[in-house]
Amino acid sequence: MHDTYSALRHFADSWGLLAMFVFFIGVIVWALRPGSRKAHHDAATVLFRNEDRPAAASARNDVSAPHRGAPANAASGGQD
Amino acid sequence: MINYFRLIVLGVVAVFALIAANYARDLAYMVHAILIFLVAAGMFLWTLRRTDEPVPARVLETSYMDGVIRYGVIATGFWGVVGFLAGTFIAAQLAFPALNFDWAQGYMNFGRLRPLHTSAVIFAFGGNALICTSFYVVQRTSAARLWGGNLAWFVFWGYNLFIVLAATGYILGGTQSKEYAEPEWYVDLWLTIVWLAYLAVFVGTIVKRKEPHIYVANWFYLSFIITVAMLHVFNNLSIPVSIWGSKSVQVFSGVQDAMTQWWYGHNAVGFFLTAGFLGMMYYFVPKQAERPIFSYKLSIVHFWALIFIYIWAGPHHLHYTALPDWASTLGMVFSIVLWMPSWGGMINGLMTLSGAWDKLRTDPIMRMLVISVGFYGMSTFEGPMMSIRAVNSLSHYTDWTIGHVHSGALGWNGMITFGALYFLTPRLWNRQRLYSLSLVSWHFWLATIGIVLYAASMWVTGIMEGLMWREVDANGFLVNSFADTVSAKFPMYVVRALGGLLYVAGGVIMCYNLWMTVKRAPAVEASAAAAHAHPAE
Repeated sequence: MHDTYSALRHFADSWGLLAMFVFFIGVIVWALRPGSRKAHHDAATVLFRNEDRPAAASARNDVSAPHRGAPANAASGGQD
Repeated sequence: MINYFRLIVLGVVAVFALIAANYARDLAYMVHAILIFLVAAGMFLWTLRRTDEPVPARVLETSYMDGVIRYGVIATGFWGVVGFLAGTFIAAQLAFPALNFDWAQGYMNFGRLRPLHTSAVIFAFGGNALICTSFYVVQRTSAARLWGGNLAWFVFWGYNLFIVLAATGYILGGTQSKEYAEPEWYVDLWLTIVWLAYLAVFVGTIVKRKEPHIYVANWFYLSFIITVAMLHVFNNLSIPVSIWGSKSVQVFSGVQDAMTQWWYGHNAVGFFLTAGFLGMMYYFVPKQAERPIFSYKLSIVHFWALIFIYIWAGPHHLHYTALPDWASTLGMVFSIVLWMPSWGGMINGLMTLSGAWDKLRTDPIMRMLVISVGFYGMSTFEGPMMSIRAVNSLSHYTDWTIGHVHSGALGWNGMITFGALYFLTPRLWNRQRLYSLSLVSWHFWLATIGIVLYAASMWVTGIMEGLMWREVDANGFLVNSFADTVSAKFPMYVVRALGGLLYVAGGVIMCYNLWMTVKRAPAVEASAAAAHAHPAE
């Protein structure tokens, strides 16, 4: 454990591995968490809004703004 | 005021380039110095003519920045045809060695043109496609104009200057001989600057987004930009022999250099040709199908699984080498695990059409996008299989590898880019529709048959030569010489070149169709066109 290689190698197959696994599992759990359906539907339909020009006002803090419903042709698709 | 600063910088660069051309120790460096001088001097004059003139009105934030994307579409089509032509020519050189002309020895022989072909299709065609589609997608999904004003133009022109420097360098012998990372030190430095500017434009646009979410396509694009920056810097760590020459010496040596190279090389496939193009898939497939992605949850899992696993797969390029066994086993295991996120992504793309499969019959653009996702699934199955050590002992160094790369590159990357270009052109030039859908069908079938000819002939010749190399007689002596395999491969090489020819023909038809779309297809009506207008661009 006196050379850099051994120290890094030891870190990589212990705490480094654990940290990456925990992060990865955390991401999966977060993605599949109950109640995320609405947020995911909202994100999945973002590409059907603002086709021609940037949004006038920021919708970032206003998820209930009227324009946020998906357009008719997209509303029925997707099983998020 | 900023113009005075620009003039000073451009003037210094121009003078320095002339001095460099004078002291140049090799031809590639001298030609590049002259090229850089011409670019800097041209920009100096261009800037000078605009200095102290009235400043045009500032562009409002009420429109998207599409001018640079239009240039990107043109560059993608142009470099695509150039890269396919180069590939078809070197395929013919392998079948008919007389095409390595005597008068062009040292410039146009296979060894010089091969990196020209790979860089032209991966970095010029693929890179321009990624840059222009990422600019299009990040604006539409963030509901915000590109950040940084003219920085996006710097990215476009700077990247294409990099391509010209790389391509001329290969012809003239300025190469550090690392696969897919051939450009020498000063070209690498220039690409680093351009790439950081690209990162800034992309992240800046995401930061000022007006939508609460960062759409999944942007995650893929962002991981591609960041990872390529990291790979590029580490794999190109080298010390120039002289500031007046192109030659440099790698910092790593031996197996460390090999491992760094294939960590880079495989992740160039993983992040440049996969993650970036998945960003395209997650935008253009739902848009063309007019329905959201099959499962947004799956797309998140796809993203994290892909980037967590891909980065470890590189050592499978170094089976049976000086690399320790544990490292190549690690690479092999991760390559096989990678099959799962890859197919998760493929299913997500294909199932987006569930309930709309009829579009495959009526919409040739949709057909193109779907077959590209199909090829993605096929080559991400073949790849893990070839990474298994036992399979690799047969396939490595044979044409099977070349066939695998091309079913991914022509099938997945090429087809999804064609679909994106067909999608973008009418929208960017305010046209109601494409000039001709039947030409799109022609392109689709020419390209598909070309890929089938290519992949099938490479499977046959690859497995054949692998078996011939390992064949031993009763006394344990090798049966075949290397030249025996070369002559046995001739028919398959002709078929491969024919496949390439069909693929180029499809690309030329696409360029004609897109050109005529801009020139002849009916424009969007005046009232709608006014809404589409892009002031001051």
